[in-house]
Amino acid sequence: MTLTDALVILVKGLVIVFAFAFGLGAALSWVERKQSALIQDRYGPNRADILGLRLAGLFHMIADGIKIFTKEAFIPDGANKVLFWVAPVLTLACPLLVWIVIPFGPGPHLAISSAGTGILILFAISGFGILGPVLGGWASNNKWSLLGAMRSGAQLISYEVALGLGAIGVFLVYGSLDLQVLTERQTGTFLGFLPNWGLFTQPLGFLVFFVAAIAENKRAPFDVVEADSELISGYFTEYSAFGFAGFYFAEFVQMAVVAALLSVLFLGGWQIPYVAPLTEGFGPALHAGVFIGKIVFMLWLMMMVRWTLPRFRYDQVMSVGWKGLLPAALVNIAVTAVVLAAVVRG
Amino acid sequence: MAITVKTVVRPDRGGLAATYLPEIVKGMVTTSKHFFRNLGTYRDAPTILYPEVKRKYSERFRGRHRLMKRDDGTVRCVACMCCQTACPAHCIRIEAEDVGDRTVEKRPRVFTIDLLLCVFCGNCVEACPCDAIRMDTGMHATPTLTRAEHVIDLPCLLAAGGPSVATQGGKFR
Repeated sequence: MTLTDALVILVKGLVIVFAFAFGLGAALSWVERKQSALIQDRYGPNRADILGLRLAGLFHMIADGIKIFTKEAFIPDGANKVLFWVAPVLTLACPLLVWIVIPFGPGPHLAISSAGTGILILFAISGFGILGPVLGGWASNNKWSLLGAMRSGAQLISYEVALGLGAIGVFLVYGSLDLQVLTERQTGTFLGFLPNWGLFTQPLGFLVFFVAAIAENKRAPFDVVEADSELISGYFTEYSAFGFAGFYFAEFVQMAVVAALLSVLFLGGWQIPYVAPLTEGFGPALHAGVFIGKIVFMLWLMMMVRWTLPRFRYDQVMSVGWKGLLPAALVNIAVTAVVLAAVVRG
Repeated sequence: MAITVKTVVRPDRGGLAATYLPEIVKGMVTTSKHFFRNLGTYRDAPTILYPEVKRKYSERFRGRHRLMKRDDGTVRCVACMCCQTACPAHCIRIEAEDVGDRTVEKRPRVFTIDLLLCVFCGNCVEACPCDAIRMDTGMHATPTLTRAEHVIDLPCLLAAGGPSVATQGGKFR
């Protein structure tokens, strides 16, 4: 690798991770409040203004940022001071790192890396993300935090299984682990009239993956980890200022990651339905725009789920994961494999 | 008391309903309807955007006090101390002075109301024999930077006042 290559990767990393992922994460903190307000017939944030300009409360994210970074960074008595601050950093770092394998458009230029093991890297990094909540909850020296941390460990590990197995059907159908190749193969049509997307070739896989992904986000209806009604705030009960911002922000960035992953695996990534990939002129930019549009739609859908459904009880969470999603994913894999072997390649 | 156990029979819905999916879709449709109805218009929001839009209060709303005036513009109050006596919060302070007019005899030299003590009960208005104090300004006790600013005095009370329809001495026009 030459110095130029390294610089290109660095610039791409800065743009995608810091401009795009960070921006999206910040915007989501506003979207969450505004969307819930609209669903509940309220106005939501609309007061922060710059020179009389309000933009439907969009400046609240700046106000929130200033507020949270000028708060006291409190550490509870008896907490492990090192791990207490490592935890939010780790929690935030994982969903930011994951963006290195997400392809934004055709060709090698609109992704930071096109590793052949793309999705495995992604799963490995998100698996590492479990450590953050567990460490934070344990280091806080607080019973609620510890309970939240244990729940978080249990829930994330349970749903990681369903998440991985739910995606396997897609790998079988399109025959690759590389997200760029996966996207390229979702071109054309399926059954003659549907776009050849994972959503249509793998509907059950999509359902399993979608539910597991929401659970991985630790958001309602799977919010037993934070469980405001039972555990105050779960594993980040004791966090304020930077630490709280880290966890809070990580949740939104994680949401964006999941939306991007759902788009790549099941909505054809940057593919435009019924249109062959455009590689000339502004084609790649158009594809990137379509991909971001799909991400935004998935984010909207996940927000709707979060503000529609009541939360599961803790035992229900476990039962849905192990007795609902896991068998469904296994059946899906078996059926997909048999159909592929018998019909498509037979 | 003996502990009894009541077994709640839960219906086994089974099938598609057991996956929650039909009800989830119904719920999402409902919330989406609200979302798109309110998007950009806030059509169904019952909120009153307070500082810009103010709610119309009932005429009986008890707000900040005011002191009414005679036809010649002087204060109607005759410093009879009825309101001060009736006040349960002891927030009214009156110091009387001689007017020099035998039909009126007294008027307040100092009339202060501490709005931080006031409970806005309206007893002072009920007690007043000459329609001098009223609470019909429709104004709230607004926030101030110091406690002293909440003690409103005679000029302030008179500034909001106007002529009363009642004539002095209990006769009506």
